[in-house]
Amino acid sequence: MLIFIGMGLWDEKDISVKGFEYAKKADEVYIEFYTSRMMGTDLERIENLIGRRITVLERSDLEENSKKLIEKAISGDIAVLVPGDPMIATTHSVINLEARLRGVKVKIIHNASIFTAICGLTGLHNYRFGKSVSISYPHGNTVSKSPLNVIQENWSINAHTLLFLDLHPEPMSINEAIEILLQADEENILNGCYSVGVARAGSSNPVIRCDRLENLKKIDFGKPLHILIILSKKIHFTEYDCLKEFAGSPEELRYFVI
Amino acid sequence: MARAKKMADKIISLMYKPDTIRNIGIVAHIDHGKTTLSDNLLAGAGMISEELAGKQLYLDFDSQEQERGITISAANVSMVHDYKDGEYLINLIDTPGHVDFGGDVTRAMRAVDGVVVVIDAVEGVMPQTETVLRQALKEKVKPILFVNKVDRLIKELEVTSEQMQERLLKVITEVNKLIKGMNPEKYKEWKLDVAAGSVAFGSALYNWAVSVPSMKDTGIGFKEVYDYIQEDKSKELAKKSPLYKVILDMVIRHLPSPVQAQEERVGVIWSGDMQSKEGQSMAKCDPNGPVILMITKIVADIHAGEIAVGRLFSGTLKPGTELNIVDRKVRNRIQTTGLFMGPKRIDVPEIPAGNIVALVGLKDAVAGSTCTTLEEFEPFELIVHISEPVVTMAIEAKNPRDLPKLIEVLRAIAKEDPTLQVTLNEETGEHLLSGMGELHLEVKVEKIRRERGLEIVTSPPIVVFRETVTRLSPAVEGKSPNKHNRFYITVEPLEPEVVRLFKQGEVSMRMDKKERRRILQEAGLSKEEAVGIQEYYEGNIFCDVTKGIQYLNETMELILEGFREAMRAGPLAREPVMSLKAKLVDCKLHEDAIHRGPAQVIPAVRSAIFAAILQADATLLEPYQKVFITVPQESLGNVTREIQGRRGQVLEMKQDGDLVTVIAKAPVKEMFGFAGDIRSATAGKAFWSVEHAGFESVPQGVLEEFVMEVRKRKGLKMEIPTPEYFLS
Ligand SMILES: Nc1nc2c(ncn2[C@@H]2O[C@H](COP(=O)(O)OP(=O)(O)O)[C@@H](O)[C@H]2O)c(=O)[nH]1
Ligand SMILES: [Mg+2]
Repeated sequence: MLIFIGMGLWDEKDISVKGFEYAKKADEVYIEFYTSRMMGTDLERIENLIGRRITVLERSDLEENSKKLIEKAISGDIAVLVPGDPMIATTHSVINLEARLRGVKVKIIHNASIFTAICGLTGLHNYRFGKSVSISYPHGNTVSKSPLNVIQENWSINAHTLLFLDLHPEPMSINEAIEILLQADEENILNGCYSVGVARAGSSNPVIRCDRLENLKKIDFGKPLHILIILSKKIHFTEYDCLKEFAGSPEELRYFVI
Repeated sequence: MARAKKMADKIISLMYKPDTIRNIGIVAHIDHGKTTLSDNLLAGAGMISEELAGKQLYLDFDSQEQERGITISAANVSMVHDYKDGEYLINLIDTPGHVDFGGDVTRAMRAVDGVVVVIDAVEGVMPQTETVLRQALKEKVKPILFVNKVDRLIKELEVTSEQMQERLLKVITEVNKLIKGMNPEKYKEWKLDVAAGSVAFGSALYNWAVSVPSMKDTGIGFKEVYDYIQEDKSKELAKKSPLYKVILDMVIRHLPSPVQAQEERVGVIWSGDMQSKEGQSMAKCDPNGPVILMITKIVADIHAGEIAVGRLFSGTLKPGTELNIVDRKVRNRIQTTGLFMGPKRIDVPEIPAGNIVALVGLKDAVAGSTCTTLEEFEPFELIVHISEPVVTMAIEAKNPRDLPKLIEVLRAIAKEDPTLQVTLNEETGEHLLSGMGELHLEVKVEKIRRERGLEIVTSPPIVVFRETVTRLSPAVEGKSPNKHNRFYITVEPLEPEVVRLFKQGEVSMRMDKKERRRILQEAGLSKEEAVGIQEYYEGNIFCDVTKGIQYLNETMELILEGFREAMRAGPLAREPVMSLKAKLVDCKLHEDAIHRGPAQVIPAVRSAIFAAILQADATLLEPYQKVFITVPQESLGNVTREIQGRRGQVLEMKQDGDLVTVIAKAPVKEMFGFAGDIRSATAGKAFWSVEHAGFESVPQGVLEEFVMEVRKRKGLKMEIPTPEYFLS
């Protein structure tokens, strides 16, 4: 059996009791930090908690060599620890499908993900988010236009956009992300739009700030991980109240309240 | 010493008058007499003593060059000549003629505005003559002619005075035919004309020459020449009609000054806007304009370190000037500015536009670099290397302690000579040195041993194959490792004319799109290929023939990286790929850029191309050489045996008196060690030279053997991979 265990947001203690028990019993335990990271802990502390030696999986183990992992799960119980909720990353959903097609049983132990955490941290309504999208580091001179396209699509249905920030080679900061967005934005569609930055969700000292994009760029959010939200053109009055309270949003945001 | 000082002073004052400058090269087939001519010009102009000239081979200052009796690197000299009522500064670049050193010739051609083509009166036009002439005309460098070794006609072939004149005119007619064929537009203006004086005849070795204008001055014509030689009075002849005067007069009269030349040539070697400020400054050779300089050669100097030699097209150079090395995106500060006198450099406080300069301090420049004081500048057209590396040698330091030094030395010599490639084989830790031929590599290895005092061990030379395909593959699907992206690619043989156009620089990815499309369609590409071409890389192209795929644009650079990676080392034996057309016929991209990064796109494209190559009857190509061997009749049998034993093929035989010239073709792989074998087969009586003859398929019967030979050497699995291997 292949068991995907969500590790939650911040440190080793975010694992669920069920996840913890499965990890303890499994024949082999793996962990991956490719699709996300757990900034509040490290491998040693996780190993100590579970009381097992844990092998770290690289990108290639999850992608081109995923067969190996699946083959092991034919005869034994293989636990794969994944930061956040295990099936948010498409990488794992591909393995999930492959394993099932090969007749291997798959168990998923869910956990909190940044998707759920931002609702709590910002007060934005979960149902008011549209498609999410990543901001990747540019390759050479090419900056991707896809974040802009997704933001526009979401605006057209009056939805917020959650932007994941690239982790490789280093976790991207909100400041860098805005820089890249503005670089791609030749038509200036982001001019004057409002955004929310969230740093270290799940930790005891998260930072949440709401402001115009160009102002947010100047704020120091501190250590990673960071995430960015572009607000829809209209917001609900309870969202407005929350942002004011939780994220220090500026007065003029009230003009955007429905 | 005082004389040298005086000469230096003259050079310094003349360099400020571009009308009195001539930047010239001397080009010829090997052994036709370039070096002898250069030496005697220098001696005549008072740069070296007359007794030494001809013996010293002044330009062959590399001790190896003197031993091997060939010129290896282009060196630069400046000299002064009195013509009519004024003094002129002549900057002369000596260029090598051996086929193995083609790169130096091409680069030297950039720095000059005119060339003296030297042709041996006995041998006539030879393959290398044609090659260098073609290079000159392509770069809009004006040719004039010196028919050398006329003494041999009289003394050795014992021709009559009439026969002599006939032979000389035949040479001119032949060269004119070449010029007409290579550059019909310029032919009218540049046609060689005995009466106008753009041709001279003489003997570089015995120091005399004549031309129609000189005949008028000296009264020495063909008849007089004939008589003097018959009577063994060359010395007298040299006094009456000295070589240097006739040749340098001809240079000054017929070759353009930098001011005349730049007006026209800048447009040929630079694709920027001629109407811009910098374009105009170059066209006018303006010393007050921005500094614009092209580096043609890096030479190593024991005292000064690396010296960058180049042609200054605009501005004035001074020590302390900071230059932007455009192609390297760095800035270097000039330490000293100098001119060459023979192998020596003289430092001068500044050098204005139009001169050939020697600079210390440009540590990041390489041969071909564009340097300027401007922030933004369109670099000069790349120097086209007509030949490409075909032979490789593994090289190791005898003492492992010397490894860092070896790496440093290899890097330095690769910088001096861009036709040389240095690669580190990560698996074996061996350094590979690739070049234009066996001799080319031997010379470089000798240089490392002698000049750098490094003890090294080398492998025997190995030929570099190319991988290619012989038919169209099916469309192959390449998946990215995360399976979120798919690329559908076909490969097929590329039209040879397309390769030629890119290689010769007649088409480039930087030129106007519409114009490129038109030329490529004429060369045989379909319309959608010509529209969709994205990249030319080392004899291969990549075309995007898909329509309307979102985000393809922003993914293209990664796709091309995958393409280039595949072309650098193909699937058969990890040898470079050549003459291949890869086409992207469809693709599916993940919307989110994070799922189509380098780690996803590059391997997907590379694998798809590899699997496609393996389904398109892949084969190896090997380099061939044309061999020209002249021997006495009685050794002919031994020569043909020697050729046939090397998978060679005799193409033609020409009889001239007692001598026979055999023209043959053979694979480079079999030509290793030819020098020694032909010497013993003919008791040392053979004269021979080679020329590159392109690539041809290896015989089907030995394909697998050759592939395995390479795979074994590289430590690869001893089987040809299947397409499936790349598509799992
Ligand atoms: N008889 C004769 N021999 C010459 C003449 N010019 C050069 N040579 C000889 O031809 C050979 C090749 O000359 P070199 O200048 O090295 O030719 P390069 O390879 O073109 O530089 C040398 O042995 C020269 O002495 C000439 O005018 N007459
Ligand atoms: Mg020579």
